[in-house]
Amino acid sequence: MFARSIPVRRLTLMLATAFLAAGCGGGDDAGDAGAAGGGDQPAESSVDPATAGSLAGTVSFTGTPPAPRPIDMDEEPVCAEKYTEPPTTQTVLVGDGGGLGNVFVYIREGLTGHTFPTPEPAVIDQDGCRYRPHVMGLQVGQTMRIRNSDGLLHNINSSPTENRPFNVSQPVEMDTDREFRVPEVMIPLRCDVHGWMSAYVGVLDHPYHSVTDTDGSFALETLPPGDYVVEAWHEVYGVLSQEVTVATGETLEISFEFSQEMAGNPVPMADPWIVPHSAHGLR
Amino acid sequence: MAALMPALLAAPLAAPLTVAVLLLLPAGAVAQGVDGAALYDQWCAGCHGVEGDGQGPAANTMLPRPRDFTVGLYQIRTTGTGELPTDEDILRVIDEGMPGTAMPGWEEVLTRAERNALVDYLKSFSRFFATSPEPEPLEFGGAPRATDERVARGREVYDIIDCGRCHGVEGRGDGPSAPTLENDAGYPTIAADLTEAWRFNGGGSVEEIYRRLRSGLDGTPMPSFSDLVEAGVIEADDLWNLAHYIRSLSPAGEEPRVREVITAGWVGDEPLPTAPDDPRWDEADRFWVPLAGQIMVPPRWFNPRVDGLWVQGLHDGEEVALRVSWSDPSRSPDPSWEEWVEKVLTTMTSADAGSATGPGPGDRLTVQFPQQASEGMQRPFFLQGDGRRPAYLWSWTSWVDGPVESIARGLGTDQPQPPDQQDVTVGAVHEAGQWHVLFRRALSTESSEDPPFAVGTAIPMAFQAWDGDNGEEGAQGSVSTWYFLSLQQPTPVVAYGAPALALFLAFGLGLVVVRRAQRKQHA
Repeated sequence: MFARSIPVRRLTLMLATAFLAAGCGGGDDAGDAGAAGGGDQPAESSVDPATAGSLAGTVSFTGTPPAPRPIDMDEEPVCAEKYTEPPTTQTVLVGDGGGLGNVFVYIREGLTGHTFPTPEPAVIDQDGCRYRPHVMGLQVGQTMRIRNSDGLLHNINSSPTENRPFNVSQPVEMDTDREFRVPEVMIPLRCDVHGWMSAYVGVLDHPYHSVTDTDGSFALETLPPGDYVVEAWHEVYGVLSQEVTVATGETLEISFEFSQEMAGNPVPMADPWIVPHSAHGLR
Repeated sequence: MAALMPALLAAPLAAPLTVAVLLLLPAGAVAQGVDGAALYDQWCAGCHGVEGDGQGPAANTMLPRPRDFTVGLYQIRTTGTGELPTDEDILRVIDEGMPGTAMPGWEEVLTRAERNALVDYLKSFSRFFATSPEPEPLEFGGAPRATDERVARGREVYDIIDCGRCHGVEGRGDGPSAPTLENDAGYPTIAADLTEAWRFNGGGSVEEIYRRLRSGLDGTPMPSFSDLVEAGVIEADDLWNLAHYIRSLSPAGEEPRVREVITAGWVGDEPLPTAPDDPRWDEADRFWVPLAGQIMVPPRWFNPRVDGLWVQGLHDGEEVALRVSWSDPSRSPDPSWEEWVEKVLTTMTSADAGSATGPGPGDRLTVQFPQQASEGMQRPFFLQGDGRRPAYLWSWTSWVDGPVESIARGLGTDQPQPPDQQDVTVGAVHEAGQWHVLFRRALSTESSEDPPFAVGTAIPMAFQAWDGDNGEEGAQGSVSTWYFLSLQQPTPVVAYGAPALALFLAFGLGLVVVRRAQRKQHA
């Protein structure tokens, strides 16, 4: 009864989480990442570069994008002074060449049986009362180094659904390290002090992710040959995905095309995992 | 019995089966023979929803909303930010409720076994409890004793870590970021008014405040400050100092005692204060008048911002001065709160919500008295009177200087008295998230419609308040029940002389008696 009422993907994840929990006894150490990856933390990737291929391409945008909204930073002169042009939101960034920025491109399906070392810490900086970067990828267990370069009060409030959240205060220039234990695309971050500050973090159990600049380009390199589902995620226009086959020694060129018509499409976040009431005992 | 038979027949299997069943079912429920699910459906689901998602039938009249148990996020914990609560944490909230919210305490209603079963059942709504290690409470230690130095240092820490960004310079929830605060579910969330510790969701003691600083209030904008200690930005002891400072902003003890009689002191030869922020008001006795949302007549209001008033009175035998003070983060209408109003009005989607049309015009205070002296204890209906017993109102608004005195025969029926019969002067200041409004009127006026105020009598008095920047207008505001205003009797000189005279006489008499007794003994 229990298994039937929960989709298989979730059940798998639940079991994985259960093993993870049983295995690490509550520590926040890097061992979690190894467990999630399916074994002890490897020193090297199990992918053989000699047989690998790559994916590259661009994300383009058609239609008239909404004009970036100006951010009123009068309350924070320290931040306002960091801009020569008035600061705007980072939500929809379209380059002169029609490239769409801040798109998270990643391998959604197809990587099985591989292990990857935990990458070096990735920095997300609060600079000028904006997050830099606005969209970022992380690997499970990789340190997210949250930096406050503004030297004024920020709080970093994450609201994941698959992972546990956190909400920490940074009233001065400082770093705070956090990590996520299970894959989740995407995790929103926000600053409650500055209502306009938001960021998205995509957490994967592998290193194949890329965030586009306004030229729209992305690259996923050193992929083992095989069939994959590649997904491009944008916070306003939702997701596009395609199936690809990567061959040894090749760089496969693909492209994604978002359009203004896609505004209002559902933007998938990790689903809240609701345990159906009927699954409870004692009824 | 029929159900028992197979179990008896399968006696050799019984022990392993029992173990299996015990492993599968919530432990507390089985061990104590209490059905957590049935209890939940009976007592909790009305607000928290049958599915535990915080969407029960009553939820849309509440702000803050009932907890959504499916996401495994708990505000009041002894664990670090992002950690699950301990069983004791959940039990404590069930036992004691959450002050400042609709959540009552259940310690007196349910047995310990029942409450334990509820803890287990609540945990079953989220997968995190089953898949995470046992949460470890943080080490808090005991509270150091409060000293003036600690409170003063706490104020410095308040500024260093910029609590005022949300909570305001003096802690009344009026910081510049306050209007934009939302919780994880996107509902508008107030920055706590730190001058009302009895309404702190997690309790108002120094220990409880310190725990909230360390653990944060997960799911809300309130972060944890534990990392600051680990990073060496502040000392752990400074968080205790901060907790002492925050506690010092509210009156000592529990919620202020509510007294039915509000005494207006006699100032003697001193003139009455003419300004609402005259420092002499700091010396005058103040009386706490709790308010509640108006839910008697439609459109009702379940989200009142003004939860109480501090009332002070003084008189000089000719005139009475009544000062009313309350926390209000903005001087409505304030453009920075416009979005807040919209969010509040879309959140309060009760059957009455259709009546809420948009931002109210401003803040408003009404003091009401019975227009006519009544026989016995009969008073007008507490919502601005009725046809038989009209109410005499003093009204002040933040957006326009209108007539103050009016007569009402029911809510919203107030008719201002003619300009030549306006006998009340009113003045107001808004500073650091607080209104002070001062009314003054002669004890007896020339207007025949005004009730005279007599020294030494109990004058019925009730209050209503509105916060425009919280979407409050018309019937949708907060109200009090009836209180009594009592103008203190001037103290005659004999009142000071009599005790001294009595003391002198008693001493003299005693002396005489003792002398007599001694003489008799010697004789």
